[in-house]
Formats: sequence, C-alpha cells, structure tokens
Amino acid sequence: MATKTIRVDTLTRVEGEGALELDIADGAVAGVRLSIFEPPRFFEALLRGRAGAEAPDITARICGICPVAYQMSALHAIEDAWGVTVDGPLRALRRLLYCGEWIESHALHIVLLHAPDFLGFPDAISMAAAHGEAVQRGLALKKAGNEVLRLLGGREIHPVNVRVGGFYRVPTRAELAPLAATLETAHAQAIALARWVARFPFPEFARDYEFVALRHPDEYPLNAGRIVSNRGLDIAVADYEAAFAERHVAHSTALQSGLRARGSYLVGPLARFNLNHDRLGPSVQALAAELGLAPGCTNPFRSIVVRAIEVVYACEEALRLIAAYTPPPAPAVPVVPRAGVGTACTEAPRGILFHRYRLDAEGSILEARIVPPTSQNQSTIEDDLRIIATRDLQLPEDELRDHCEQGIRNYDPCISCSTHFLRLEVRRR
Amino acid sequence: MSAPALVIGLGNPDRGDDAVGLHVARRVATLGLPDVVVEEAGGDSLALLDRWAGLGRVVLVDAAAPLALPGRIHRLDPLAGPLPRDLALSSTHAFGLAEAVELARTLGLLPQRMTIYAIEAACFDPGAALSPAVAAAVVPAAGRIAAELAEGQGDA
Repeated sequence: MATKTIRVDTLTRVEGEGALELDIADGAVAGVRLSIFEPPRFFEALLRGRAGAEAPDITARICGICPVAYQMSALHAIEDAWGVTVDGPLRALRRLLYCGEWIESHALHIVLLHAPDFLGFPDAISMAAAHGEAVQRGLALKKAGNEVLRLLGGREIHPVNVRVGGFYRVPTRAELAPLAATLETAHAQAIALARWVARFPFPEFARDYEFVALRHPDEYPLNAGRIVSNRGLDIAVADYEAAFAERHVAHSTALQSGLRARGSYLVGPLARFNLNHDRLGPSVQALAAELGLAPGCTNPFRSIVVRAIEVVYACEEALRLIAAYTPPPAPAVPVVPRAGVGTACTEAPRGILFHRYRLDAEGSILEARIVPPTSQNQSTIEDDLRIIATRDLQLPEDELRDHCEQGIRNYDPCISCSTHFLRLEVRRR
Repeated sequence: MSAPALVIGLGNPDRGDDAVGLHVARRVATLGLPDVVVEEAGGDSLALLDRWAGLGRVVLVDAAAPLALPGRIHRLDPLAGPLPRDLALSSTHAFGLAEAVELARTLGLLPQRMTIYAIEAACFDPGAALSPAVAAAVVPAAGRIAAELAEGQGDA
C-alpha cells in the first residue's frame, strides 16, 4: 500500500496555533483532525480565587482580536450572578463598543485574511498590488473599528474601561461626534466592501447545518438573547450546559462542543444572519438582497459576504446608538457582590461565547467555564473538510491544501492569539 | 524649515525585551532634537500605515526575534528592498511590522525615507525588565538615530 505524506509547515491567515491532518487511504478520506491548542482551559483555572470583578479584564487577555467579546460575556455573567441590571445609555455604550469590535475584526478577516483565497493570491500583500483600493478600504474600516475601541475602551487592543456595573468613564456627546463622522465614512466603505466580496467566485457547497445563534426580541444579537437554532432549539442562556456538551478528543487540547441531542453545529455570521435576518433593518436587508444573499444560505464560503453585511450593520447600528446617546448620570450602577452562579452568552465576531461563573459570598470566583466559538465550530469545520477533501481528492495536493485552508478560513478561526501557525499534514496510504 | 522627522518606538512594555523600541524612543525624546517628533506604538501594526504615509522621514525602532547576539543593533532600509525574514519583526497577531511595511510598499504608502532599527532580543517574559545585553543597546541605538537624523537635516 503506497503511503504519501505532505507537510505544510505554515498555514498563514488564521489566528492561532494548530494542525490539520488528512488521512487518505485507498483513494478515500479516512480521517480529518483539526487539532488546536486553546488557552481558555488555563484561564478557567487561573480565574479561581480571583475577584469576580476581575473576570472581564482577565478573560479579555484570551484574545487580542476579540477582547470585547470576552469582556462582555464576563460582565454579563458576573452581573447575572450579582443581580445587577445595566440598562439605558450604559447598555447602549456596551453595544457600541461591541459594534467597534465587529467592524475591526470582520474587516481584518475579510480583506487581509480571507479575500486572497477567492482572488487567487497567497496573501494580502500580493493581493494589494491588484486590489489596492479594496485593501485600503479594509484598512480604513479596521481603523474605524479600532477608533470605537479606543474611545470607549481606552485603547484599541485589550480595552481597559469596562467594569461590572458599567464603565469607569463614559464619553460626552461631544467626544462621540468625531467618531460619528468616522463611522459615516466607514459605512459607505463597508457597503463598497460588501459589493466587492459579493462578486467573488464561490465554490458550490451546501450542507444541512444546524445554525445556532442568539435571538433577541428586537435587536440583531450582540449582547443578549435566547439561544436558538434552525432545528427548534430555543433556550435561555442559563440552560446552555444542559443542551451542549464539550468532549475531549485525543488529537486536540481544546474541547469540542456539540449539541447533546444532535452533535455538531455552526455558530458565527452565517448562523446569525440566517436566524436574525429580520432584525437587520430595511437598508441592510435591501443590500443583502442586492447581493443575492437570503436567509437560508448554507454555503459557508459565502460567509465572507455575510461578514461584510454585518460590518455595514455594525456601522449603521453604531451611528444610531451615537445619535441617540445621552450620557448616563453615573458611569456605573452600584454593585454588591454575593454568592451565586451567573451565566452569559454574547455574539463574538466568530459566534456565541458562553461564560459561567460560580462565586462565593465575597464575590471570589470558585469556578469558571468559558466556551469560545471556535471550539464550538471545530467539529463542523472537520465535517466541512471531509467533504472538501473527498470532492477534491483528485486535484494536485497544493490545490487540495489550498481548498482545505480556505474551508477553515470560512470560520475565521481564532485559535489563539499567541502564535499563528497551523501545520497541514496529508497522509496517503 | 524641513518637515519634522517621526521616530516611532514599537513594543509591549510588559513583555521583557519587546519593550526595547519604547526605551530607545524615550531616550531619543530626551535628546531634544530639533524637528523630531517621537511616538510610541504597541497595538495594531497596520495602523502605522496611516501614521507614516506621506511623511518625509520615519525611523522605527523595534525588538527583533532572538538570533545570535542579544542587543545587536540592525539598521534596515526598507526602501532598498524587502525586509530580511530571519529578523522576524513579527507580532503576536496576524500582521507584524514586516507585513505592514510590505503592505505599505505595495500600496505606495511608504514615507519618502524610512529606517528601521531592529534590536535582537533575548527574553519576552511577561513583566520582565530588559535583559542586560538588550538594555545596554538602548543608549547606542538612540545615539545612532540622533546622528542619522542630524546628518539628514537640510535634506529635502
């Protein structure tokens, strides 16, 4: 039996460290293993004994691209445990901050990490020679998103201004005015970006996914909602662990999530869009329709268009929040620590991010649980890769590898921010 | 009067030798050089493109990945050609300084003159101080930058 092994030492344009192994035996795909090395397990342990109020800033360090997501899920979970309600302008400012993160994270992924796949370039630098205007647009959008983080969060990476109960300092209306001007420009750029990516050639691919996202009575989901799916799942966030289980797989230090009832599922932009299209508002819905995107899209390669649509939405929503903003009487509401359990789920750019904390009477963390979106998508990515690899088995290995990498990047996996290294191994027997 | 030159120190102040660029920039700032603006940056390398685009003269100071000799100062001219890959001016995120420079080159957003001082690091431990060999490079690196900028005065 002939054995062939291909090794690709560096798969760029993903966030984090991991490996992909394809086993090919007798002309068929025998195994797909996406092995990733996630930090959250360590964070869960090091959170024990720390004050609950520290959880947002500690967990923000899990990710340099989506720190706001970690802060928001931590804040809401601790507030849930302590019976704190944050409403009005403070809630709106959190939503505004989250919009900023969606804009910067999505713009980075769409233009600099994912677009080169569709246009046949090895990276954004070589793509920039032919698509300079689009790359500059992406950079400007990323900067606009960073600007939101800087103004509301104090700095662009790992913002430091949020706290349980609200913020340390809130902006004045006058401080938000220049941000609105930046976001007006960004909004137009986001529309141009969406039109650009919608013209990419998309591989034919469809799967009957179970999409899972938050669903809020009247908002496109960011900070709050019930957890729903296209197969009838509709649960409160507190029931997350009853519906979903994490399992250890031998090839990965990260746990893989699955629905207890049905196994793998998909979180992220495609799931949000399909489950919350009616919450996008008429102008964004019209743009989606213009770009040929309707709810029920089951082609993960088109997630890049959905991401762009979400950038347009985030700009629009940020502008709406700024226009409606009146500074609150205090930057935070009073908080009294108490014993209890709190849960929260928010929509990180890559999908739902679940946190649960058990706290003692002084507010110290006894137990923490964090389930990031990438570990929830992990087995779905493996399923996609099995189909892609089976379909493309006859292609030259570099093309097979490229298609698999592109399939992984559909999910914008945020594997870890400490390194960016993914080894792809194909074993043919 | 010539346009001011911009010196940008890059790094994370809490990660050992990664902060060396910041230390050099602070040292340059204390020299009170005429027509020299000194800044520090530590976040998004891609944001640098906007900062330096259209400027006449930019000097960047950053830590380089450990090679053979901690504290060794490399002077690079990105306008002369691609940056050497083995210096690994990389970031903890998807885009580091080398990528930002190459992207700027492709987009025509490099300043008219640019110099990068890359100082070989030894240790990136959280909360660590500069290691001795790297700390010893701060004053000489600042001196070389000052000398270079003084020489360049009167240039276009």
